[in-house]
Amino acid sequence: MALRAEHEIHKRRRSRNVGVGIALAGFVALVFALSVVKINTVGPVEGFDHTPRASALPPQEPAE
Amino acid sequence: MSETHITDFDREAGFGDYFALLKPRVMSLVIFTALVGLIVAPVPVHPVVALCSILFIAIGAGASGALNMWWDADIDAVMKRTAKRPVPSGRVAADEALAIGVALSGLAVVMLALAANLLAAGLLAFTIFFYAVIYSMLLKRSTPQNIVIGGAAGAFPPMIGWAVATGGVSVESALMFALIFMWTPPHFWALALFMKSDYDVAKVPMLTVTHGRRVTRNHVFGYTLSLAPVALGIGFTSIGGPVYLATSAVLNALFLKGAWTVWRRDEPAAEADGYAAERKLFRLSLSYLFLHFGALLVDATLKSFGVELW
Repeated sequence: MALRAEHEIHKRRRSRNVGVGIALAGFVALVFALSVVKINTVGPVEGFDHTPRASALPPQEPAE
Repeated sequence: MSETHITDFDREAGFGDYFALLKPRVMSLVIFTALVGLIVAPVPVHPVVALCSILFIAIGAGASGALNMWWDADIDAVMKRTAKRPVPSGRVAADEALAIGVALSGLAVVMLALAANLLAAGLLAFTIFFYAVIYSMLLKRSTPQNIVIGGAAGAFPPMIGWAVATGGVSVESALMFALIFMWTPPHFWALALFMKSDYDVAKVPMLTVTHGRRVTRNHVFGYTLSLAPVALGIGFTSIGGPVYLATSAVLNALFLKGAWTVWRRDEPAAEADGYAAERKLFRLSLSYLFLHFGALLVDATLKSFGVELW
C-alpha cells in the first residue's frame, strides 16, 4: 500500500495549529489595542527620573 | 500495533472540538446579557475596553463550560443530548479539558482585572467557581434543587457587565441577576418534562425524577408567577423604559399563560399531544429572556439619542 502524504489527520492537526495561531495573534493585537487605549485615557505618565523634571513636579505657588 | 495507532489518530481533535469545549451556545447568551449589562449602565465605557471585557467574560464562561465537561464526562456520555460532546465522544481527553478550563479561567480573570476592574474580575472568578465547583461538583448529582441554585452562575454575566462600567453593584444589576435567576427553573423544568428519559438514565436528580412530574408542573408555575414581579420591577428602575415595560408585560402574560397550561394538565394529556405545551413553553422561555434584555438595549439606545419618553 502506498503511503499517502496527506492523511485526513493532517487536516485536523493543521486546523488546530492555524486556530491556535490566529487566537494568539488576536490576543496580542487585543492587548496592544487595550494598552494604547488605557495609556491614552490616563494621559502622560511621568515620575522621578533621577533628575527633577519640571513636568512631573507639583504646580508651584506663584511668587509674591 | 499500527491499528491502535490509527484509531488513536482518528480521535485526534481539530480546533472546532476545542471550541465546542467552551459551550459556544451558552457563551452567546453570556455575551449578550453581559453586553446589555455593560451598555445600560450609566457610565460610558471605551469601545475597546468594552470589547476586551466582554471577550474575557465570554472566555471565563467558556472555561467554566470546559471544567463542567471534564467533571461531567460520565453523565454526558449516557445522555443522548450530550453524548456527542468532545470529551464523551473521545476527541478531547478529559484531563486536556481540565487543563484548558483552568488555564482559560486564570487568563480570563486576570485579563478582566486589567481591562476593567477588580470587582468585575472577582465576580467572574466567583461565577466560574460557582458553576464548576458548587453546581457541577456539589449540587448537580445530589439535589433536585441543582438548577435553582446553579442558575445563579448563569445570572451573573449582566452583573459583571454592569460592574465593568460602574465598578459597583446596584439595584439594577441585582434585578438583572434576579431576572435570569428566577427564569432558569421554569426554563429547565419545561425541558426536563419532555426530555424525560435522558436524566433518568444519567441518574441526575432532576425534580421530574425525584418528586415526580406533578410536583415539577407545580414548581414551573410557581416560579413563573414569582418571576413576573421581578421582570416588571426592572421597568421601574433607572434602566427601564416604555419599550421594556411594554415588552415585559406582553412576555410575562404569555409566559404565565403557557405555565398555567403546563400546570393544569396531567401526564396523559401531555403524552397525547407529544408534550406540545411543554415544548412551546421551553421555546417561549428562550425568547422571553432574549427579548427582555433586547428591550433594555432598545431603551438605553433611545435614551442615548435623547429620546425621553418617560
